[in-house]
Amino acid sequence: MPGAALFLVIIAIPLAVNVWISFTRWQGVGTPRWVGFEQYRKLFTDETFWASTRNNLALIVAMAIIPTFLGLLLAAALFDVVAKRVGQRSASALRASFYLPQVLPAVVAGVVWGWILHPEYGAVNELLRVVGLGSWTQNWLGDEKTALLSVMAVLVWIQLGYPIVIFMAGLQRVDPELYESAEVDGASWWQRLWLITVPQIRPEIFVVLLTCTIAALKTFDKIFVLTRGGPGGATNVPSYFSFQNFFEKANVGYGAAIATLLTAVIVGLTFVFLRVQQRGES
Amino acid sequence: MSAVTVRRRRGDPVRFVVLTGLVLLAVVTLVPFLLVAVNAVKSPSDYSRNGPLGLPESLYLRGIVDFWVRVDFAEKLMNSAVIAGAVAVLAVLVSISAAYALGIGRVHGRLWIIGVFLLANLMPQEALVYPLYYMAKKVDLYDTRLAVIIIFTAVQSAFGTYLLSSVLSRFPREILDAARIDGASRWQTLWRVVVPISWPTLSVLLVFFFIWTWNEFFIPLVMLVSNDNQTVPVALGVLQGQRLMDATTQSASALLGILPAVVFFILFQRTLTRGIAAGAVK
Repeated sequence: MPGAALFLVIIAIPLAVNVWISFTRWQGVGTPRWVGFEQYRKLFTDETFWASTRNNLALIVAMAIIPTFLGLLLAAALFDVVAKRVGQRSASALRASFYLPQVLPAVVAGVVWGWILHPEYGAVNELLRVVGLGSWTQNWLGDEKTALLSVMAVLVWIQLGYPIVIFMAGLQRVDPELYESAEVDGASWWQRLWLITVPQIRPEIFVVLLTCTIAALKTFDKIFVLTRGGPGGATNVPSYFSFQNFFEKANVGYGAAIATLLTAVIVGLTFVFLRVQQRGES
Repeated sequence: MSAVTVRRRRGDPVRFVVLTGLVLLAVVTLVPFLLVAVNAVKSPSDYSRNGPLGLPESLYLRGIVDFWVRVDFAEKLMNSAVIAGAVAVLAVLVSISAAYALGIGRVHGRLWIIGVFLLANLMPQEALVYPLYYMAKKVDLYDTRLAVIIIFTAVQSAFGTYLLSSVLSRFPREILDAARIDGASRWQTLWRVVVPISWPTLSVLLVFFFIWTWNEFFIPLVMLVSNDNQTVPVALGVLQGQRLMDATTQSASALLGILPAVVFFILFQRTLTRGIAAGAVK
């Protein structure tokens, strides 16, 4: 069976080898030297690693939490107000506009925003100057104070369309009679959103939170293009940090330890989410 | 009748505010695309005089042409198309045969195998990259498009096998029994019966594998070091990282990165929305 062979050679064996490498000290040439848990011990006291983990939490906020909440509001508004009272076509057009950033390769989105946020010739600073707020101009991606927030804003722009599309599809499953009887009972739009919509599309909300959180933990391309983890590590994330150790610092054992830990976190998170979801359903 | 008029009267100002808000937000989402399009056709002197916010004084295509020639963009497009196309076809073939071999209708007993395939897809590529890089060097596949094709065929078919297993578990048994009674072998049943009937799902997978592979950055970045082999995202990402581009070149490069993605989006819009929505409830 070619599928099984491919799976073994490209995924299972490299994964196992990577775990093994994480227990060695190796520069990519010569023989790896077995050091047990040393790389992991080093990792837990490495301030650069902890800083990158904190940054990753910020990216989860930007890629999973904000898009889920905002996406829920926008999807409900598109579905309730636009699709029902203005027309399906307008709702689809708006949905497509929000989704467009999602179809770009992340690298291209990075090139676009690297240019828009450029301190000298970027459109954001130019706009601030034009409207008389010249003192607000920043080196958005190059200043430690603003870099992480700027990256987060770009990520929200990229990510928002995905929950909107999923939630709008989910809303079509919801029985319209639920809303009608709630309306008769005098429930406000907010009450209907929280008491009917959210419980009804719970599976979609779970999937979006899980997949977006995992995507945030794997963020590499956007960081590579926007900031290379800088300035001074202000936007570094474990994924990029492991890449640096593999290919820039020839610190392969350490890079493998970071990658192994990241995998463990993602696998653990997936299990927890699936368990919670199962309990919610039963 | 009266309930409708009451709702109308109460709904109108709210509807207006919500609609305005949604349209404004959609415009904000689209502004970066407009900025790129406007500035990609602006001459450098026009840009330095009037900045990124004004309309171009005249249509200037030299920037795009120069960038196209400088990076040999036709070659990058070709590399991306060859890699993404080969992966899409091969991964669908591997997925359907693997899912079929795992057993139509007997999937529940093999839940853990499917779980493994799902995990393989969620896993960060950082946990595979170094062993794959090392292996590719050992077997002389480093810096070849073939290496990237093999790797992504494995990665995408892990997801494809997971998805198709659950789709095929609902495949009508009677059709399979009928094929067997007519004397079809297992392979004949697969090609003549299962594939044609599952074609709607397979076509969605084909499109998704193509676009996902087109957008990939991390592993192609590591594997494809020479210019001649690079894909569109790798070429753009590396150039952006070198910080050598001026303002108009940067918007020209962004435009060239955006265009293929938007073309795919327009071509496959229906397939994409259908597929994203279907993936969410699986």
